[in-house]
Amino acid sequence: MAERTQKQKPVPTRTEETVTEAPATAPQGEKLKAELDDLLDEIDEVLETNAEDFVKSYVQKGGE
Amino acid sequence: MAIAKVCGIETEYGIQVRGAESNPVSASSVLINAYVSGVLRKVGWDFEDEQPGNDARGFRYEDVFSPEIETQLVNAVLTNGARYYVDHAHPEISTPECVDALEIVRWDRAAEEIVRASMERAKHLLHDGSEIVTYKNNSDGKGNSYGCHENYLVDRATPFGRIVTQITPHFVTRQVFCGAGKVGSEFANTSSQAVPYQISQRADFFEEEVGLETTLKRPIVNTRDEPHCDPQKYRRLHVIVGDANMAEVSTYLKVGTTAIVLAMIEDDVLGTDLTLANPVSAIRQISHDPTLTRTILLREGKRVTALELQWAILERAKKYERSHGLEVVGERVGLDVLTRWETVLTGLESDRDSVASWVDWVAKQRLVDAFAARHDLRPGDAKLKALDLQYHDLRAERCLAKRVGLETLVSEDDVRTAMTQPPTTTRAYFRGRCLQKWPNDIVAANWDSMVFDIGRDPLRRVPMMEPLKGTAEHVAALLDDCDTAGELLARLGS
Repeated sequence: MAERTQKQKPVPTRTEETVTEAPATAPQGEKLKAELDDLLDEIDEVLETNAEDFVKSYVQKGGE
Repeated sequence: MAIAKVCGIETEYGIQVRGAESNPVSASSVLINAYVSGVLRKVGWDFEDEQPGNDARGFRYEDVFSPEIETQLVNAVLTNGARYYVDHAHPEISTPECVDALEIVRWDRAAEEIVRASMERAKHLLHDGSEIVTYKNNSDGKGNSYGCHENYLVDRATPFGRIVTQITPHFVTRQVFCGAGKVGSEFANTSSQAVPYQISQRADFFEEEVGLETTLKRPIVNTRDEPHCDPQKYRRLHVIVGDANMAEVSTYLKVGTTAIVLAMIEDDVLGTDLTLANPVSAIRQISHDPTLTRTILLREGKRVTALELQWAILERAKKYERSHGLEVVGERVGLDVLTRWETVLTGLESDRDSVASWVDWVAKQRLVDAFAARHDLRPGDAKLKALDLQYHDLRAERCLAKRVGLETLVSEDDVRTAMTQPPTTTRAYFRGRCLQKWPNDIVAANWDSMVFDIGRDPLRRVPMMEPLKGTAEHVAALLDDCDTAGELLARLGS
């Protein structure tokens, strides 16, 4: 199966719209990238270990 | 003429019991009781004047559809003037009445801390090793949504039809700076491949332009007409279209900009040329396009991006400030909101990362994209959904929003005091101070009255029909002077 990295890709839907221009994703500065890397290290530690179960078991009743 | 934008936020929190079987209603009750029994004698809510079936368009819906109020469930009034209760299957806190967006941020943050404190206390009540966990979000990712509602005082003299027409463009597009972000889509037949990430938690759930319902066929403009104050003079616009925000600046801008736009509508300076052709599809399309480049159709036939529409509203707001001032939304806060509004639109347009500390969906997207890149994950991966959920997890040790460097507007001290102290600027002051001073003499309270039982007389109801009466300026000296509730009632009655 073909893998595609898909970030911020404008996707046509059946509803009315136009796409004005393809956005250029700004290259991330080195500093920003380093900060993000630190953050990701931390997140690897605090993220729920079994993501699949965690997500599956989070079921809410509608509210309001 | 525009009137003071007294406002509030009601947030329903997601709730889950980990490590044991439990239903969400009883878990919510345990959570709230854990907090309430620890801090105060519980004063119940008084439903006498609740009329959620009234429709702002001028008819009552009672026979057709009556939103349920579960009077038997936990329902408490707090000394900060807030209401803490079980709504459907969620714990919910309504902030006390506030006068501006900065107060809203402070008491909304206080509400969050109250829920966090409740989780801590509940730990000591649960002996089976289970844990109650809460989330400040609006969706479970499986098609179930719960709300974060705003309320704004508006002049009854303003035609409701004008409000509906003119507030809708703002409600549809303001998500660009106050959307909380969501991994994937819950809209029918929309896959994670088609929409890997979207701006708003709630946009997938709106099906109507205007209506009374809140739990199905949700409308962009909700018509619940329950003013909780003098119904001859006021409306309380009940707004159901927003996301619950972790970012303080998002909450601030959401409420601050909306208050200004409502004042402009009351003063009839906004105009109708920004009216959207298809608001329901537009709100979803904007949410599904984090590039912010797609256009939506105006009724006049022109196409604009969400940002262009926001720029147009901002320009009008700046002009309004010059012609009318911003006293009704709090002059100082209003001016700051205008400045930040411009900064956020500029940032979204030209330097997205510059507003990552202000805007939840931008902060979350950075996280999701970086995490996906590091672990080589594809759209739809459970780990990305877990990341999304955990952004909103209120446990300090798990909460990801606490780790992404969001800017704060209110100090930790001010948040802490707001957990027990009411705003000094509205009738919430009277409510909160009375509850602090005479909890044993108050049998019930609600937004527009309090019921005292001082023993010898029949119960005494003190009406509070004016949201801007009962402030510290009006009653602080009186409350300080009175030793007993009986004395207070005697002096109020004379």
